[in-house]
Amino acid sequence: MSITEILFYAFSGVLLVSAIGVITARNPVHAALFLVFSFVNSAVLWMLLEAEFLAIVLVLVYVGAVMVLFLFVVMMLDINVAQMREGFTRYAPLGILIAVIVVIEIGSVVWVKSLGTEMTPVASVGVEPGYSNTEALGTLLYTKYLYPFELAAVILLLAIVAAIVLTMRHRTGLKQQDIAAQVSVRAKDRVRVVKMEAEKKQ
Amino acid sequence: MIPLNFVLMLAGILFALSVAGIFLNRKNVILLLMCIELMLLAVNFNFVAFARQLGDLSGQVFVFFILTVAAAESAIGLAILVVLFRERKSINVEQLDTMKG
Repeated sequence: MSITEILFYAFSGVLLVSAIGVITARNPVHAALFLVFSFVNSAVLWMLLEAEFLAIVLVLVYVGAVMVLFLFVVMMLDINVAQMREGFTRYAPLGILIAVIVVIEIGSVVWVKSLGTEMTPVASVGVEPGYSNTEALGTLLYTKYLYPFELAAVILLLAIVAAIVLTMRHRTGLKQQDIAAQVSVRAKDRVRVVKMEAEKKQ
Repeated sequence: MIPLNFVLMLAGILFALSVAGIFLNRKNVILLLMCIELMLLAVNFNFVAFARQLGDLSGQVFVFFILTVAAAESAIGLAILVVLFRERKSINVEQLDTMKG
C-alpha cells in the first residue's frame, strides 16, 4: 500500500466522520464548523486525485466565502435549538434506513461496473514534468468552455443582485439626502429679495 | 494509485449521509442548506474521480461550474432565509404553511 493510498483512506475517514458531525451536531454553529472541516478534507482528497486547482478553489471559495456566509447567518438568526431538535430521534430510523438503501444502491452499481473494467487510471493527466493543472484547466476554460464560463459569471451576477434585492430594507422615517434635489436647486429659489421702505429712527 | 471504485464509494457514502441529514434535520432550514452543500460535494467527487480516470480535464471544468452554481444557490438561499426570519421570527420548516402545501 503506497503512501497515497494511506493518505486517501485517512482523509476519507476523517471526511466521513466530519460529515456525520454535520448532520448530528446539536448546535448549528458546530454543524457549520464540521462542514468547513469536511471541505478542507475534500480539498486534500482532490489534491490526491490530481485536481490541484479545484482543491485550492474549494478552500478559497467554499471555506473562505460560502461557509463564512453560513456562519454569519447562523449567528445572526436567533434559533431555538431545542425546538429545532424536536423529532430528531423520531426521524432517525427513517433517515438511517434511506441512507443504507442509498449506499447499497450506489455500491451495487459501482460493484457491477467494476467487474468488467480496469479500475486504475488509463492515462494519468499530470505525468510529464512541468505540467500545471491550473494552466491546463485555464486553457480549456478559456477556449472550449468560454461561453459556459461567461454564463457562470452571469449566474454569479444574478446571485449578487438577487441577494441584495432580497435583503434590502426600506425603512420609513429616515432623514436622507435627496441628491437630485440638492443639485438641481437654483439661487433664485433659495434667496428672495424683498423691497421695503427704509426704517426711520423714531 | 487510488482505485476509481473507492472514490466512487466514498462519494456514495457522503451522498447517503447528506440524504440522511435531510431526514434528520427536517426542521432547520440552515442545516438543510448545509446538507445540500454536502450533496454537491459528493457529486463533485465523482466528476474529479472520472476526470482522473479518463484523463480528461472536462470533468474538472464541470466541477468548476457546479461550484459556481452552488455558491450562487447558497447566497440566494441564505438571503431568502434572512428575509424569512425577519418576517416570521422562526426558520422552522413546519411553520412555513402559508401556502397550505
